[in-house]
Amino acid sequence: MKMQSREYPNIGETLYEATLPNGLRVRVVPKPGFSTCFAAFAVNYGGCHRNFNFEGRDMETPAGIAHFLEHKMFDMPDGDSALNILNANGADPNAFTSEDVTCYYFQCTHSFEENLRLLLKFVSTPYFTADTVSKEQGIIGQEIGMGLDSPGEAIYYNLYKLLYPNHPVKDRIAGTVESISHITDKTLYDCYNMFYRPSNMILAVEGDVDPDMVLAVAKEVLSPQLHAIPEASFPEDDNMLPAQKLIVENMEVSAPQFMIGAKMKPAEKGEKALRQSLVAKLALRLLAGYSSPLYLDLYSKGLLSRNFDYECNVTAGTGALLLGGESSDPDKVLEALNQEVARIAREGLDSDRFERAKRASLGARLRGLEDFENVCVALIFCLFDGYCVFDATEMLAEITKEECEAFIKEHFSPERLAVSIIKAKRS
Amino acid sequence: MEYTRTEIMPGVWLTHLHSDKFKTACMSLNMLAQLKRDTASMNALIPYVLRRGTVQYGDMEAISAKLDELYGAAIEPVVRRVGEIQCFGFYSSIPEEDFLPGKQDILRQTCALMAEMLIAPATRGGLFLPQYVDSEKEKMLQLLRGRINSKEAYSTFRCVEEMCCFEDFAVSAMGSESECENIHYKKLTRHYHDMLQSCPVEIFYCGRKSRREVVSAFTDALMPLPRADIDYDIGTDVRMNAVEEKPRYVEEELDVSQGKLVMGFRLGECMEEPDAAAIFVFNAVYGSGSTSKLFMNVREKLSLCYYASSAVNIQKGIMLVASGIEFPNFCKARDEILAQLDAVKRGEITDDELNAAKAGVASDLRSLMDSQGELEGFYLSRALNGEDYSPADFAGLIEEVTKEQVIEIANSIECDMIYFLKGEEEDNENAEP
Repeated sequence: MKMQSREYPNIGETLYEATLPNGLRVRVVPKPGFSTCFAAFAVNYGGCHRNFNFEGRDMETPAGIAHFLEHKMFDMPDGDSALNILNANGADPNAFTSEDVTCYYFQCTHSFEENLRLLLKFVSTPYFTADTVSKEQGIIGQEIGMGLDSPGEAIYYNLYKLLYPNHPVKDRIAGTVESISHITDKTLYDCYNMFYRPSNMILAVEGDVDPDMVLAVAKEVLSPQLHAIPEASFPEDDNMLPAQKLIVENMEVSAPQFMIGAKMKPAEKGEKALRQSLVAKLALRLLAGYSSPLYLDLYSKGLLSRNFDYECNVTAGTGALLLGGESSDPDKVLEALNQEVARIAREGLDSDRFERAKRASLGARLRGLEDFENVCVALIFCLFDGYCVFDATEMLAEITKEECEAFIKEHFSPERLAVSIIKAKRS
Repeated sequence: MEYTRTEIMPGVWLTHLHSDKFKTACMSLNMLAQLKRDTASMNALIPYVLRRGTVQYGDMEAISAKLDELYGAAIEPVVRRVGEIQCFGFYSSIPEEDFLPGKQDILRQTCALMAEMLIAPATRGGLFLPQYVDSEKEKMLQLLRGRINSKEAYSTFRCVEEMCCFEDFAVSAMGSESECENIHYKKLTRHYHDMLQSCPVEIFYCGRKSRREVVSAFTDALMPLPRADIDYDIGTDVRMNAVEEKPRYVEEELDVSQGKLVMGFRLGECMEEPDAAAIFVFNAVYGSGSTSKLFMNVREKLSLCYYASSAVNIQKGIMLVASGIEFPNFCKARDEILAQLDAVKRGEITDDELNAAKAGVASDLRSLMDSQGELEGFYLSRALNGEDYSPADFAGLIEEVTKEQVIEIANSIECDMIYFLKGEEEDNENAEP
């Protein structure tokens, strides 16, 4: 079995792809002339996979279990830690857990093949004991504590409570000190055995490597068996209006922090999902990007500080458009946003501005390709969403002004917006 | 990657790295000045005011339209310090023309815009526009006050501020609230003109254009830059010993759920002739990364924290160890952090620990050559230290470091400051030093 290659001349990349009989999807981006190699091995299982149906049984698991599992996967049966083994080999390993993906990765400048074997091996070797589980509860307890003091996290989860009150996406991925106290070695094994199957996983590699070697190693190390995967049952949600319009919390911050959000129904997986993500990002850039009239006006009036950002977040069957930053008066920011949306609905977008925004978008895409971690993670997330991220540049050229206008009009109407604010405890 | 560093105008130095492997080119232009309490805030504000408008592009709208037209070329203010040298100017990233439709001349256009920001700002009667200065001053104050929003960054900043209270290093690259509040647009314009004439300038470029093309683009663009006596008298004052016999202790209370312990150390006499490779390896053995003693013991063995790590500032000769802990674990964590340093001092380093540390640092350095942003930072520090070795040369030196060298570094280190950020109420009874 060999990898198939696809050329992307407009971005100067070649992508090698293959699917093993066990269902594992492999993607390799060769980068001659670079010293760094990056590999990411990811499973479509994250913080939101708490309730699911497996072989006719309805299962419920504690909040934070996917993240807990991520921590514990590094333990090897001989008492060593995969972190140490990879480190000793000159690799820099790490992992993260998102709402619907757990990703293990490393970067190295030599012994890539050996490190790749180690990565695949440790992620396919579960080893948990009551003792190691209880020890980890202390470490993760401190990680949770750190998150509780972060205004950025508070503002985000508070907003999701308004947008998705019945969906696990509103809960912290790491869970709570209480919820993780219910995790045992047995529950870890159960979740591992259900989700960590090659057919539910992707391996993405970028660096100066031979794609066929990557495929051969994956074939050799991983189980050849094809397994059924539990069906994730995320709550269906057709109501595009937030449950409430406003949530406010007080914390130790210097000035009010805000995040404005609107729900977006995720498009069908595949090409439609790619197009939706491109339209959403371009629309956000035109509405509130750093060269938009709205942003420039708020910035020069002193209503926005230096930190302001926006994103389109599609995860675990949910979608949201988010704009956030620091402002002395978040109400005025919301008012200005409403006015700008009404103006665009009335007058449409300026054609020159639209063309410039597309150019800037192309430049930003090229910049995003510089970082191997970014590329591999994007390949994985997009593939779980049914498309290839390298197709984005070509499709970007097709996006029209009318599509962006319609998108803004539909998603940012006043009744669809919710606001989360963190206020300063003392002023 | 071909490296050259040349003086292209009086006091203006260009580091040129030729590389075909990236899809964007990276540039920076840095004015250099001694970091001082009374001027740091003004220096830090200058690029932000300059970024608001130029003679030809009078406001941010005109500037951002131009940058979007250049396929999202970015020119952003950048302010940092390397030891006690303050570097302020612009950082730019531009798409390589090979990936853009049609013939463009993005490099020359971006250089011209960056130089115009530097030399020809929007003014009235020769003075900065007060509305631009006041607006950016307010945003700078928001940023300085906003440090408290991240408890990790805040506690680290506070530890340095307390530890170096008799040194200019206590001032952050962005200056201080009190100095910033005093900035006035007339005074700032005068200061800007002084700096423009006297500051050494470091320019960095990494991308596909040849040295000749880059030199030509910058010399044309910077032609009107006024140059007088260049102030090369800049550098970092290294304090070898702790201020008092026993480490000083400072605590602060805020409404937080997790405590932050930050310990400041002086690297000591090893700074007389610093062996950077040995210091980096020591840091990796002791506290940076997941094979370090701090990670293995404070986190993995004792489960005291999610993170406990050390970071060295080699220019200033200090090390900081930071950890997030439960309030009552203060003494336990502090003692363990010191105990692990003592273990390194006694030479309790296994071959595996040493090799993993060396492999990690060397690999980081080799990876750095694949990231333009990191190359930029690396070469700026090198230029300011008067060194010109490449990351690969440095990685070679790392691999030669011996256990004895690491032990020697450890024995030169002394704890100077213990800072603890704790909760507001009574949870603190065990938290006395």
